[in-house]
Amino acid sequence: MTTMTMAAALNAGLRRAMERDPSVVLLGEDIGRLGGVFRVTDGLQKDFGQARVIDTPLAESAIVGAAIGLAMRGLRPVVEIQFDGFVYPAFDQIVAQLAKLHQRSSGTVRLPIVIRLPFGGGIGAVEHHSESPEAYFVHTAGLRVITPADAATAYVTMQQAIASDDPVVFLEPKRRYWDKADVDSAVDVARAPSPWQSRVVRAGTDVTVACYGPMVRTCLEAAQSHESASCEVVDLQSLSPLDTDTLIASVRRTGRLVVVHEASGTAGLGAEVAARVGEACFFELEAPVLRVTGYDIPYPPAQLEEHHLPDLDRVLDAVDRVLAF
Amino acid sequence: MSDSEPAVRLLSPDGERLADGRYDIDVSDAALRDLYRDMVLVRRLDVEGTALQRQGELALWAPCLGQEAAQIGSARCLRPTDMAFPTYRDHGVAWARGVTPLQLLGLYRGVTNGGWDPTQLHCALYSIVIGSQALHAAGYALGASLQGSSDATVAYFGDGATDEGDVNEAFVLAAGFRLPLVLFCQNNQWAISTPREGWHGAPIHRRAEGFGFPGVLVDGNDVLAVMAVTQAALDRARSGDGPTLIEAFTYRMGAHTTSDDPSRYRSADEVDAWSRRDPIRRLSAYATRIGAADESFFAEVEAEADELAQVVRAGVRQLPVPPPESMFDHVYAEPHATIAEQRAFLTAYQDSFADEGVA
Ligand SMILES: Cc1ncc(C[n+]2csc(CCOP(=O)(O)OP(=O)(O)O)c2C)c(N)n1
Ligand SMILES: [Mg+2]
Repeated sequence: MTTMTMAAALNAGLRRAMERDPSVVLLGEDIGRLGGVFRVTDGLQKDFGQARVIDTPLAESAIVGAAIGLAMRGLRPVVEIQFDGFVYPAFDQIVAQLAKLHQRSSGTVRLPIVIRLPFGGGIGAVEHHSESPEAYFVHTAGLRVITPADAATAYVTMQQAIASDDPVVFLEPKRRYWDKADVDSAVDVARAPSPWQSRVVRAGTDVTVACYGPMVRTCLEAAQSHESASCEVVDLQSLSPLDTDTLIASVRRTGRLVVVHEASGTAGLGAEVAARVGEACFFELEAPVLRVTGYDIPYPPAQLEEHHLPDLDRVLDAVDRVLAF
Repeated sequence: MSDSEPAVRLLSPDGERLADGRYDIDVSDAALRDLYRDMVLVRRLDVEGTALQRQGELALWAPCLGQEAAQIGSARCLRPTDMAFPTYRDHGVAWARGVTPLQLLGLYRGVTNGGWDPTQLHCALYSIVIGSQALHAAGYALGASLQGSSDATVAYFGDGATDEGDVNEAFVLAAGFRLPLVLFCQNNQWAISTPREGWHGAPIHRRAEGFGFPGVLVDGNDVLAVMAVTQAALDRARSGDGPTLIEAFTYRMGAHTTSDDPSRYRSADEVDAWSRRDPIRRLSAYATRIGAADESFFAEVEAEADELAQVVRAGVRQLPVPPPESMFDHVYAEPHATIAEQRAFLTAYQDSFADEGVA
């Protein structure tokens, strides 16, 4: 076990994947010499060379589009988009090209591409640096979408995402980059549990709180601080496919569900989760499913973000409301 | 500098007046002093911006240090009803368009996503998504030409931005519609850690030819040369002859932003070499040489800069944090039920804490 930050764990996961598979190449803006603006690729160009860690021009559509060509040529590209708000120039390449080509080619073209995307707010940044675009990608058939909540899962899921033969949008909760955890770097990734499932990160009996990415820590803190209720916290982790088995089993036990995410509520993950749980748990639910999400507004200026982002109090408020129903 | 024609230059680094043969400009002594004042004040504003970020008063700052001649020289050529589309680094452009220092700091303090009225100032909001504004500028120029106006438009963007599809698509529009547009690229040699040098493509200004309009390389640290080429490009635009690409060759003397550590990717020697080509020193040397300015004038501007710094320092701390409900303002032009509901929720939620306080 080594204690490391999530950024370091991602770096270690990338390194391990590159060591194991020479076809893994990294592409992105400022990822080589600089090591990425968050230093997630720090040192990799030095150790693996410029042919495997490629500093690209400032052109997101070019980066993802070229990754498709690289994959067709047998490589496994891992692409970094510098910030959530800068993925949109690549939108066509992701949703109209990358997501569809496997099916269009009747399965003959494999696109084992990982798109790494630092996402979410809470770091006091200027606009376009704090967004949560996951719903766009979850809504797009053909993409897998995953987000690790801590350093240990980041280390493993990064390698699993790279090993996947499907395109994966890998969302990195940037405000948790500096959170430390124990990481087992000797773990045998091939035998690790599937990343495409949710996990109970805290057991409880009264309310289920479903969340993912940056909100997992927030919800764990809320659960711990609740004076009377016993909250079960489920980290969804895999947003596409969405693993509802774990969640439904939990809600069957607790009878109550709160879903939490930073992204705007309308047509967000919370809506999908609520619908699925509503379909499966109609008779077990003791209260309507509540969502705690960002508002349906453009991400606000940094000084107001605390009012926009779900925090401990808002999670507790929703927990109390489902309990009081 | 590049393998094509030499850059347009009207001032040597020591402030000697040079003849270029292609471009020239007549600038009165008073106008020279104004340019100098602009550049010194913008630099002070910029230095304050960096300092204020270090003190925790700003979330971020993107310094324009070293690029004052490119920004002031070009933006001061614009008429009041011409339109500028700046990037996050173009504080000199914003300044010249009349954006106040405190309006400009609001975005970086994190109290607004905008800061000023683009319609009133004829200066678009800063664009952070690289290259996006070039297309807005092309559309704006198309609008002006469809309306038969003589307004010109300037799109500002960096060397890195010329990689983006948006900027290249703006070139296509500019050429295809013969737009009254000046495409003003500040090649400050770096796009964060990505150097312009060593890239195998054509020099930026030479790309214009392929799109079907002229491109010109100018010494971006020479305010007179920048004015001369910009004025010519604006004249061309107004007379219906179409767009011009200007590559202002300059240098980002500061970090990319206050979050950046440039020592990871560039040498102190390089920065040092460029500091010898400082645009403000070049202008003051020239103004002194021809007797357009003297020590007392420089001292006066220095005092003005001190005063500006004070105003900025005091003002920034008092920039009001807008009330939380303001997040819901202006999301739509017309009433929107979801927004109304969520605003009411937030108000009630906050009131619930106030009640607790009273109880
Ligand atoms: C679409 C997009 N991708 C990435 C970024 C992150 N980013 C901000 S500034 C920058 C470099 C821009 O370089 P350049 O165009 O030369 O302008 P400069 O910063 O040098 O003024 C990058 C990559 C962004 N803001 N927008
Ligand atoms: Mg640049």
